[in-house]
Amino acid sequence: MPEATYSQALNMALREEMRRDERVFCLGEDIKDSTYGVTRGLYDEFGAKRVVGTPISEAAIAGAALGAAAVGMRPVAEFMYMTFMMCAMDQLVNQAAKMKYMFGGKAVLPIVYRTMAGAGRANAAQHTQSLEAWFSHAPGIKVVMPSTAYDAKGLLKTAIRDENPVVFIENKVLYATAKEDVPEDDYTVPFGKAAIRRQGRDVTIIGLQRMGEVALAAADQLAGEGIEAEVIDPRTLVPLDIDTIATSVQKTHRAVLVHEAHERAGFGAELVTQIVTHAFDYLDAPPVRLANPNVPTPFSRTLEELSIPSAAQVAEAVRTLLK
Amino acid sequence: MATLIQPASDTAASTGPERHGLSDARLLELYRTMLRIRRFEERVKELFLEARLYGSVHLYIGEEAVATGACAALEEGDVISSTHRGHGHCIAKGLELAPMMAELMGKVSGYNHGKGGSMHIASLDHGMLGANGIVAAGIPISTGAAMGFWVRGSQEVALCFFGDGGANHGAFHEGINLAAVLKLPVVFVCENNQYAQYHALQQDLPIENVADRGAAYGIPGVVVDGSDVLAVYGAVKTAVDRARSGAGPSLIEAKTYRFEGHFLGDPEPYRTKEEVAQARASRDPIVRFSAALQQMGISGVERLQEIDDAVRADVETAVEFGESSPEPGPEILLTDIYSGADADGRESSGEKTEAEQVVPRDRVTEVASREVRAQGPQAG
Repeated sequence: MPEATYSQALNMALREEMRRDERVFCLGEDIKDSTYGVTRGLYDEFGAKRVVGTPISEAAIAGAALGAAAVGMRPVAEFMYMTFMMCAMDQLVNQAAKMKYMFGGKAVLPIVYRTMAGAGRANAAQHTQSLEAWFSHAPGIKVVMPSTAYDAKGLLKTAIRDENPVVFIENKVLYATAKEDVPEDDYTVPFGKAAIRRQGRDVTIIGLQRMGEVALAAADQLAGEGIEAEVIDPRTLVPLDIDTIATSVQKTHRAVLVHEAHERAGFGAELVTQIVTHAFDYLDAPPVRLANPNVPTPFSRTLEELSIPSAAQVAEAVRTLLK
Repeated sequence: MATLIQPASDTAASTGPERHGLSDARLLELYRTMLRIRRFEERVKELFLEARLYGSVHLYIGEEAVATGACAALEEGDVISSTHRGHGHCIAKGLELAPMMAELMGKVSGYNHGKGGSMHIASLDHGMLGANGIVAAGIPISTGAAMGFWVRGSQEVALCFFGDGGANHGAFHEGINLAAVLKLPVVFVCENNQYAQYHALQQDLPIENVADRGAAYGIPGVVVDGSDVLAVYGAVKTAVDRARSGAGPSLIEAKTYRFEGHFLGDPEPYRTKEEVAQARASRDPIVRFSAALQQMGISGVERLQEIDDAVRADVETAVEFGESSPEPGPEILLTDIYSGADADGRESSGEKTEAEQVVPRDRVTEVASREVRAQGPQAG
């Protein structure tokens, strides 16, 4: 089993699915040469009609994927940065998300909208914003956030085989830093099944994507103090595996939510509500959110790092919670 | 600059209207389709004013020649995208009147089970990719349908109806440009009915014709008389043939006129009653085509009247069907949001998705037991 980065694992998924199903094709800006490597080499194997380079036209990319799906294709559209999806919101939310329902169920729309989010590369505010909550708010869209190379491949394959529009959020730091042995064989990771990344009895930390690593680092620190944190990676936000999360909180009685998106109305707010709904009687303290403190992401590396939760902050939040 | 296609009536004196090789039967079918649109819309207006039908309703009266001529140029398997003013496109693409009327009434027997209504009526089985409540939104979608045909190498063509207002939307530029650079099999038909909602087009368009913008994308831009069904057919047929041959998209601007307001209930403060009356008197596409059919000796008045009578009966049947159909029940409120999944996106029990055919390896415990190292933000 070869070691692969998160980016390489995504590439494997695309290649395998394009070989498996001729209806699968990619479209997006600069995907032939692939700025971040995810689609690298696909053009050489599949040609210009399966790896369709487009102008810088996000609304057209989003709408073209929808139209192609409506006539039986399985497009995988790429938005280079998640912030660019704001240029395509009508096509994504007013059109793709609602079409099936508006049409009385008769549209089957297997579309993957791949994109990249997260902070940590000094891209500044217009190239750095995590909008998973926006898309989770739109009925008709599924929202996926892989955090490991293994999951990146398995979840992308599931997304491509899904019959719905899927916003597939990749992480710009994890592309290179997340690596592990990734099987070359055909496997999928199901939607709606959270991963327990670390088991513990004292507190449940739910970390979205790269914040899962921050949570694990905090858990390592806390372990030295005799505090055992359970760390959960939801993997998909829509559908959400609330069962795994609620079961954990019922055991630990405390919950900390960590994400890179802004705190206000972020997905953490939804998680808190779900936890309170499903595990209120088990909670020893109100759930705690750690997130971007409602500020556009600054350019300066120093400031950018301060704008996202750190392991030290997570550990401190847990200590306070346990007092 | 755009090519101007002369209306049939201008050449009628010498040679008769150009029939583009259409048989008598097909010409009569065009007439029947235009009447189906007209009588359906007139009845919708009456029902709305009697409060037997509700919602945002935009009538196509006066523009029948555009949808009819354009859709007649398509083949089986071709698809269209439509606009908020979509009833005419639906009828021209072959949708049935009864489930259309039921949809407008929000009934479960409607094409969309009452979940879409007038502005979202669709039937993918007919290649009708939906009316659309958002101006110009069908342009990228039809471009995508054409991309789908192009990727799989099949021979279908997509046709996109949009309005003059849509020509000023960003989606117009993005969609047409993408279609043009890839030479996708799509035909863009701008229905210039002179008004974008309440706004006269000349206030929004700094050039004479929407079709002139074709030059900006290196594609043919053609102006056609949108009150002349045969002229529309001829222009669209040329563009459809071109698209199907792999030569890429065309932009056709059909100059037409909206006899009714922007929506039912529009007080029309932006134009005079005289202007509307003049248009109704001089450029009614059905009156014109009726005259052309008689001039060509294809049909007498009596035959045309028989067609009208039959169409009116069909519309009445549709009204009865819609009104006698049940209201949708609460059991369908939360269905149809996802394919194969419940309203929360969770896989529905009993339905196997394609993904389930490959059994996932359960990695949850495996990953949990493994040490995952946190990486610094600057790594990589």
